[in-house]
Order: sequence, then structure tokens, then C-alpha cells
Amino acid sequence: MKLRQSAWWALGLVIFALFPVVVTNPFYTTIGIFTVIYMGCATSWNMFSGYSGYVSLGTAIFYGCGAYTMALVSIHGHIPGGAEQFWVVPLGGLVAMAIAVPLGAVALRVRRHTFVVITIAFFFVFQLAAINANFTGGPAGLSLELIPWQGDAYNTPFYYVALAILVFSVVLSALVRRSRFGLQLLAIRDDEDRALGLGVKVKAVKLTGYTMSAFVVGMAGALYAMFLGQIYPQFVFDPVFDVTIALMAFLGGFGTLLGPLVGGLILESSQQWLTANYSNGSLYLILFGALFLIVVLFMPQGIVVKVKEVWSKRTSTGSDATQAPLATLGSESL
Amino acid sequence: MNSSALIHALVDGVLTGSVYALMATGLTLVFGVMDIINLAQGILVILGAYLSYTLSVHFGVDLFVGLLITIPTLFVVGIVIERLFVARLKGPERTAMSILVTYAISLVIEGILNEVYSINQVQLQAWYVNRSFPIFGIYLPYIYLLGFILAAALLGSLYYMLYRTRFGASIRASLSDQTAAALVGIDTKRVATICFGIGVAVTAAGGMIYGATNAFNASSSYDLISRLLTIIVLGGMGSLGGALVAGILMVMLQDIVAVVWSPIWSSMSFFVVLVIVLSLRPQGLFGKQSARVA
Repeated sequence: MKLRQSAWWALGLVIFALFPVVVTNPFYTTIGIFTVIYMGCATSWNMFSGYSGYVSLGTAIFYGCGAYTMALVSIHGHIPGGAEQFWVVPLGGLVAMAIAVPLGAVALRVRRHTFVVITIAFFFVFQLAAINANFTGGPAGLSLELIPWQGDAYNTPFYYVALAILVFSVVLSALVRRSRFGLQLLAIRDDEDRALGLGVKVKAVKLTGYTMSAFVVGMAGALYAMFLGQIYPQFVFDPVFDVTIALMAFLGGFGTLLGPLVGGLILESSQQWLTANYSNGSLYLILFGALFLIVVLFMPQGIVVKVKEVWSKRTSTGSDATQAPLATLGSESL
Repeated sequence: MNSSALIHALVDGVLTGSVYALMATGLTLVFGVMDIINLAQGILVILGAYLSYTLSVHFGVDLFVGLLITIPTLFVVGIVIERLFVARLKGPERTAMSILVTYAISLVIEGILNEVYSINQVQLQAWYVNRSFPIFGIYLPYIYLLGFILAAALLGSLYYMLYRTRFGASIRASLSDQTAAALVGIDTKRVATICFGIGVAVTAAGGMIYGATNAFNASSSYDLISRLLTIIVLGGMGSLGGALVAGILMVMLQDIVAVVWSPIWSSMSFFVVLVIVLSLRPQGLFGKQSARVA
């Protein structure tokens, strides 16, 4: 069983690694890059919010901070456009973590429902600051030096760096899930007061989780800035990003390892494809919203859990059909 | 800072702030009774504004008379949303799910509004929008005063309903304890549905005044919902009086910062104050300190 699972994960990785070899059209590899970036962010988001139950809608703060780190360091450090810029990517993650510490210290003082709203408020503080401050270039944003890579070769390095970030994110999330620390996060999700009573250092655990989850998102933001070569405050600090990341995790399966990957894969690739093919933005909004409503109403525990349920009903005699959905959420096999 | 700017901030704070308080009250009522965060409140305000716009431009109906149509319409919209989507949310993650579901609903409404009305900004017009009256040495358009009277009247009748009627008592019972309310025989499902309807219905009035005092399009809803959310968090989630105080405070603070410092930073000031207040008092200004929240 263990072996078969590892084989599936390896197969998935090979498929993702071979994607730009098989598909060389830059239109599709660009979609691939964004999809992989979002899958990584959703996994990282889920590592804190999914495990602890503290839904954060301020993820774009870290994305934006990572993007501005890349832009500012590249511009002021006179880094020539090219592969050397990739070294700034982890720095973007570290800056995001540094920012997450004070934010988390304040936001995590409150319980879940209020936490959601505070993260939204924080997000708007950052967006407004990026639009209005001088060093961020204001609404006009910042432009990076052009990278002199041609044609198909432009996308490939970005794809593999994005994939590396994704793999890192998944491995980290899996390790956390199996660790004592991960169990503490899950305990907080189930009953924070009881966890506290049982000796879990709730505050420290929450803050550590929150800060860790910022790292990958910051790196993704930095990569995004480098890939596009131009950032605007309203696009790197985008409220839609906040919600999209959460949607991906819920769509796939909140608190599971596989869920955010599936959700990110489906949502981001279809979103990129739809926006590229339907220039009519409002029609796209309606389709996207309606699709999401349908999914939430018919499979509220997410696609992964639903598929697993249906699968086990078909393969077994149905004796374990009474298993509660939340119990499956916590199961190690996911 | 000259005194007329301070007076302007105070007057505008009370007049405009009460309108925000009205819209936020709908939000905090829904949260308090149902543990549902309705992210669609912002776009519903815009929907209310567009309905008033259609009535006044295409049918020549006065903005205030039009409310007789738009308030019941949005009440029904609220009931439908609650029955079709919100009532289906169950389980421990229903508050988080409600954010996503109502966000999806707001996306759909935003798309439809963009299709129907285009993304060009419009503003509601009437004689009282264009003409001003003097107050404490400054001039304000009549709509500010009329909007305040309307908001005060609606908030007043809402409070009367909540504190003086039997149905209001059952709402307050559900606000303080769902399970206990159900145990003493209150039909909490019906209370929840009607609360959601009321919470959405107030956006018709709020939207009309918002649309008459600001140029708007469907994407104005993002700015609105972020303000409304910060108001209810600052006031204390589920606290009706808190929403009123925080709404007025928000507008005053922004006006003062705009004059003293710069209009650029005025919208940010409120978020900063929110962060400071919450780090000292996590439950908000008037929130209940809950001993145990699951």
C-alpha cells in the first residue's frame, strides 16, 4: 500500500517534469507555469490554514512581498536579467516570512472567524501601501531588466524552478502532516481550548505554522515578478489571489495533502485557459462563480474526499460507508 | 487643521457613517445569528444602487420612492440566497465555507452587473443630489442629510423590531445562543432565513445612498466589503451597537486624516486603527469575550 502510493506520487512528478518536453508551445507552457505556481501556493496555504482551521485570506500579502523583493533587489542590486535572478527567489520567501511574524503575532490573537476578517484588513493595508508608497513605484509599478532568453527557451527554466518550489511545498506539507507539530495543528483545528489544556503551546504552534506557510508563497511571488518582468501593486496584491488560493484548497479537499494540488491543477489551468479564450471578463466571472457554487454544494468536503468515498464504496462491500467525512480528512493515507 | 475641516469630518462622520453602519448592521446581524460571513454584502449594495438607477433613469421613479420596490426585492433575493446556498452549509467549517460560497455568489452577480450595466461608472441623480444646504458653516448636498434620516429611521425600526417585538426577542435569543434558543422552541431555521433577508434588504437603502454620493460600478464592491468587514470587526462581530459606533468612527477618522495628512493615506488609516485596537482588544470594541469558541 505504502509502496503503491509512492509510485503514484513519483508518476505524477514524472508527468509534471516531462510536460515542457512534450508540450513546447509557449502558450501552454505559460499556463503550466502559473498552474504549478498556484498549486505550490495552495499546498502551502493548506499547510497552515487547512491543518489548523485558521482560514487566511491575506495570502497575497506574501505573494506581493516576494514579488517586490525580487523587483527591488534586482533593480537596486543591479542584477542583470537572467539566471542569476533565481537566487533572489528564496530571499523573497524569507522576506515574506519576516513579514509574517508580526502579522501573525497580531492576527492570531483572535479566533477563527475574526482571524479571516483581520487577514483581509491586513491585505488592504499592504495593497494601499504598495499603491501609495514611493519606493514601490506607486500605481505604475516596477519594471525589471529584460531577460535575454528567446522563444520556447524562455519558459522552460521558469517552469522547472516553479516545479522545484512545488515539490518543496508538497514535501514540507507532508513532513509537517506526519510530525508532532502537524498533529498539534490538527488538534487546534479540532478543539483549540482542549489542545491548550493538554499542553500544546497553541500560540507558538500557530505562529510557526503561519510563518512557515509564507515562505513558499513569497518565493512564488518572486518568481512571478521575474517571469513577467513587470509588476503592478494591484496585480501582486490581488484580493482575487487571496480567495483563489483558499478556493483551490476547498475545491480539492481542505486539510488534505492531495486536495490543494488537485484543486490548483483544475482551477488554475481552467482559469488561465478561459481568460485566454474568452476575452469577455464578465462571462468568465459568471462561469467561474457558478462552477464553484456547484462544487461546494454537491461535494462540500472537496473532490479528493468525494472521489475516495465513491471509490471505496465501489471497491468494498460498502461496510465502511458510514465513516464520517471529517474522519477521512484526518486520515494519514491522503 | 482649520475648524471647518474638523466640523466637516464630524458632520460627515455622523451622516455618512450612519449609512455605513446600516449596511454593516445587516452583515453583523447575519454573522451573529448564523455564524455566516456574507462576502456578497458589498456587491448586493451595488445591486441595490443599480436597481435604484434603473428605476430612476428608465422609469422616472424618485430614488426614495423606488426604495419601496428595491427593499422588498432585495429581501427576497436574500431569502433565495439563504434557502438555496447558505442553509445547505453544515459542519465545523461552515463559517469558512460561507465566505467562499458568498464570494462565488458575488462573482456571479458582479459578472451579471458588468454585462447589464457595463463597467463605466455611474452615479444616481436627483435634485437633492446636486443641491447643497449650509450646516455649521459648511455646505453639503441634501442627499447626505436625507440619507442620514433614512439610515436613522431604518436603524431605529430595526432596533424597535429587535427589542420590542416577539420576533425580535427570538432573533436576540438566537444571537446569544443558538442551541438554547432552539431548546425553548424558537424556530431557529426560520429566524436565520428572515435575518438573512433583513441583512440583505438593508443594502437596498444603503446602496441607493451610496450610489447617490459616489460614482460606482460593480467592482466598487471590493472597497465596500472591505470597509464593512472592518467595521463589524472593530465594533465586535455580532454587536449591533458596535457596528453603529465603528461606522461613524471610520468615516470621521478618514476625513480627519485626509485633511491633516493626505487623502492618499485616509483609507488606510482605518485599517491601521483596526489592527491597533485588535491587538489590545481582540474581541473588538463591543464584542463579547467568548470563553470557549469551537
